[in-house]
Amino acid sequence: MSETSSAEIPAPRELFLRFTQVSLAGFGGVMPFARRMLVEERRWLSAEEFTDVLSLCQLLPGPNIVNVAVCVGARYHGVRGALAAFAGLMTAPFFIIIALGALYTEYGHLPAVAALFRGISAAAAGLVVAMGLKMATSRRLRSAMALFAVITFIGIALVRLPLVVFLLGAAPVSVAAALWRAR
Amino acid sequence: MSEETLAQLAMDFSVLSLIAVGGAITVLPEMHRSVVEVHGWMSGAQFAELFALAQAAPGPNILVVSLIGWKVAGFAGAVVATAAVCGPSCVLTFAVSGVWQRFHGARWRAAVEEGLVPVTVGLMLAGGYLITLSADDSWSAFAITAVTAAVVLVTRIHPLWLFGAAGLIGLAGWV
Repeated sequence: MSETSSAEIPAPRELFLRFTQVSLAGFGGVMPFARRMLVEERRWLSAEEFTDVLSLCQLLPGPNIVNVAVCVGARYHGVRGALAAFAGLMTAPFFIIIALGALYTEYGHLPAVAALFRGISAAAAGLVVAMGLKMATSRRLRSAMALFAVITFIGIALVRLPLVVFLLGAAPVSVAAALWRAR
Repeated sequence: MSEETLAQLAMDFSVLSLIAVGGAITVLPEMHRSVVEVHGWMSGAQFAELFALAQAAPGPNILVVSLIGWKVAGFAGAVVATAAVCGPSCVLTFAVSGVWQRFHGARWRAAVEEGLVPVTVGLMLAGGYLITLSADDSWSAFAITAVTAAVVLVTRIHPLWLFGAAGLIGLAGWV
């Protein structure tokens, strides 16, 4: 692993191809594969640059990995680069998932397929539960700020508030609390 | 119905794009609310199945949106929903990525990051809760969810193995 990024400037075509590879390798989350490609294999970003890009992409709304592709593409070729990286990330998996959806619609009513999917759906739900718990027990949440996680859970999961309404009310308060704590 | 539905998909998912703090999975509760509860485009169980399909396929998790669009309004629906959920946030990211470096170490930047973490965690937990209620309708299904969550938490096993095992348990008729 290198601490500095290489001077190589990837062509848009190269961005498209690398992000296609990364997205096809990424079952259940593309980010770890993207990091390996960007930092270790291609060295387009140093480890520190990647962390900085990732923190921006997590902060901004939208799918994180899509934002990372846009940032990396934009860094080298502006709009053209962003479009190339985005298209690379999305195109192949998009058609794969539509094909799977078509197969599922065709055969989903078969008892065997339905039974198979009852099992897989339950496991997929478990994956989300684990992600939530993993984040909830991470070091960053061990403070009074955890209260906002509880409030969010209640507001969204139990009261079923629309997300826009909830965020407009709660996010500013949470950020203000973080600012106040940092004084 | 079709054009109206496409417009509805475009509107709902472009709003979702701009409020998806912390990524794709955090808007799972809102997607469920919109698709199942508000518009009645599919049942909760169908929603959970599409989500499972998207999780088991390669690519970004957000592709569940393509599947939802496809289920609701065919191929055009898939394209519209995917473009809507990525477009606004991509434009914003593109615009901000150029100036971001300037705020390195700014106090408000750290506060925004710190303030959004607990909200993101709450949204993830809410997503897990709601998708579990949608997916599971038997004690054995709840058991699979619980065991999967536990295994993912304590081991580094690839989730596809767990999907495979759970699928086999389903095939055996135990779910």
